[in-house]
Amino acid sequence: MTPPLLDIDVSHATGGFSLDISLNISGQSAISGITALFGRSGSGKTSLINLMAGLARPDRGRIALGSRVLFDSERGIDLPPEQRRMGYVFQETRLFPHLDVRGNLGYGMKRRGRNGQLASFDHVVGLLDLEYLLNRHPDSLSGGEKQRVAIGRALLSNPELLLLDEPLASLDATHKNEILPFLERLRDDPGIPIIYVSHSMEEIVRLADVMVLISEGRVLANGNVEDLLSRLDLRPLTGRFEAGSVIAATLIGHEKKFGLSRLSFAGGELLAPMVDLPLGTPLRVRIRARDVTLATRKPTAVAAQNIYRGTIVQMETDTSSRTEALLDIGVPLWARLSAKSAQELKLAVGTRAYAMIKSVAIDGHSLGRQRVIGGASSE
Amino acid sequence: MGKARLTVFGLSSMEMEAIQLSLRVALWGVAWSLPLAVSVAWLLARGRFPGKILLDGLVHLPLVLPPVAVGYVLLVMFGRHGAIGAWLFEEFHIEIAFTWRGAAIAAAIMAFPLMVRAIRLSLETVDRKLESAARTLGAGPADVFLSITLPLIVPGIITGVILAFARSLGEFGATITFVSNIPGQTRTLPLAIYTLIQAPGGEETAMRLVLISVAVALVALALSELLARRAAARLEA
Repeated sequence: MTPPLLDIDVSHATGGFSLDISLNISGQSAISGITALFGRSGSGKTSLINLMAGLARPDRGRIALGSRVLFDSERGIDLPPEQRRMGYVFQETRLFPHLDVRGNLGYGMKRRGRNGQLASFDHVVGLLDLEYLLNRHPDSLSGGEKQRVAIGRALLSNPELLLLDEPLASLDATHKNEILPFLERLRDDPGIPIIYVSHSMEEIVRLADVMVLISEGRVLANGNVEDLLSRLDLRPLTGRFEAGSVIAATLIGHEKKFGLSRLSFAGGELLAPMVDLPLGTPLRVRIRARDVTLATRKPTAVAAQNIYRGTIVQMETDTSSRTEALLDIGVPLWARLSAKSAQELKLAVGTRAYAMIKSVAIDGHSLGRQRVIGGASSE
Repeated sequence: MGKARLTVFGLSSMEMEAIQLSLRVALWGVAWSLPLAVSVAWLLARGRFPGKILLDGLVHLPLVLPPVAVGYVLLVMFGRHGAIGAWLFEEFHIEIAFTWRGAAIAAAIMAFPLMVRAIRLSLETVDRKLESAARTLGAGPADVFLSITLPLIVPGIITGVILAFARSLGEFGATITFVSNIPGQTRTLPLAIYTLIQAPGGEETAMRLVLISVAVALVALALSELLARRAAARLEA
């Protein structure tokens, strides 16, 4: 039995806000992948990783990374940040203005990189495409470039865990899309576990395997991204705008003529826009509830390519006359329709219905590439 | 700065002595007080301890006290029979009062508040988030100070050093009280000018020394501006 990646049980109060966290992150998906800390702004996500990194001190409790105890108020243990081996990528990058990119990258490497080096300088420079920036100064870099340097700097300090604090939050959409592939490479590459703080479900679905939901300084849920996103009770937290289902699928074929790819999942096959990846690649597909429509009879001659039969297992109508129905089609699938349509179709829990998903509704952002790790994706 | 070249300007040996002595006194005064000034500035900017206001006041005292008073206190402390002076003489055979070393100490103390102030201001603008970032990268507190904080306050240090240097060159009251006006030992430029004005027929030479003072001060200020700009450019490049 391997020890958990992180074992945290702390209380911390500052200026009217109290953090009371009990969290155990374990399992192969977390150890070799990305664990997302999700919550609204002000929920305590950044405070929590500051406690982990030793930049703030909990009032009481215990923090352990693997088998190493970093903080224990009862035993009087409080390792300073420089001994915790946590690579921290700050939201505002915090690059050293008096050093060039090479100097920034080398800062942590010089101090900690020598023993048991995981990632070499050249490897990290290649991974994050930093070669052409090495002699530049931080002030002359774009937001995305700064963020890549900050990630490289943290990686080269030879950390046991990488903490990313909303690395995309300060970037515009174009730069976000520029960084995301690097984050995916990072996840798939050196085998350093990553804690990824974010309030964007889109990023989490694309990057993370495991998710921790935080609200008002408490952990509300902790588990697989797919599982947590299909839970109705967490819906107020995961957000109505973000409402949707996340399905684990495998790439099984391409229809080049139409620019489509065929994916296989527990409910059958799904046609999605062309994904340029090898066959057999495990993927995670996010389907927004508003892109799924329902019918009580098998539809014919409709434009939607993906039609599935299932049973309604949950239904709720909100104040703005929208109904959301959870359909079991082999996997849970959320559909959103107007309350009026729901009534006319006489939809209720137990009703058998057909769900239709337009292929074009699944765009590149909805497809996350899952890490290929034994059995973890189907947990 | 060779002797031969200076004599070309038609300077007497007494004048040259005064210039060289002034430079030596100012340079040593600044050099010795710099590490202390950085430490005190750090304590005042970052420290939280009882008596901080007292330390702050003590450091600024030479700025508000009459220089003669400072000179007298120094004489009492560093004179042959003073607490520190006697000990230094017994243990190391170092004489302070009435020597150029004493002049350097007087200059350093008078210039100290200016140096501390400039460095402290600069320390207060350092983004402490950079320091915590350095900690997460494996640097201990002392390492962080040397590798992050110190390079970031270099412009402030340069400003402080130049201010202190200029103040030292002009130091008069504390110097004449503490170490007197001994040619070749403690007669710096201001003291030489004063002596010349006191003697009949010395006005012309005095004026020349005044002009030299102006030239030295201008060169020092220009140099500091250049250094500060280069340091700032390096930080922002």
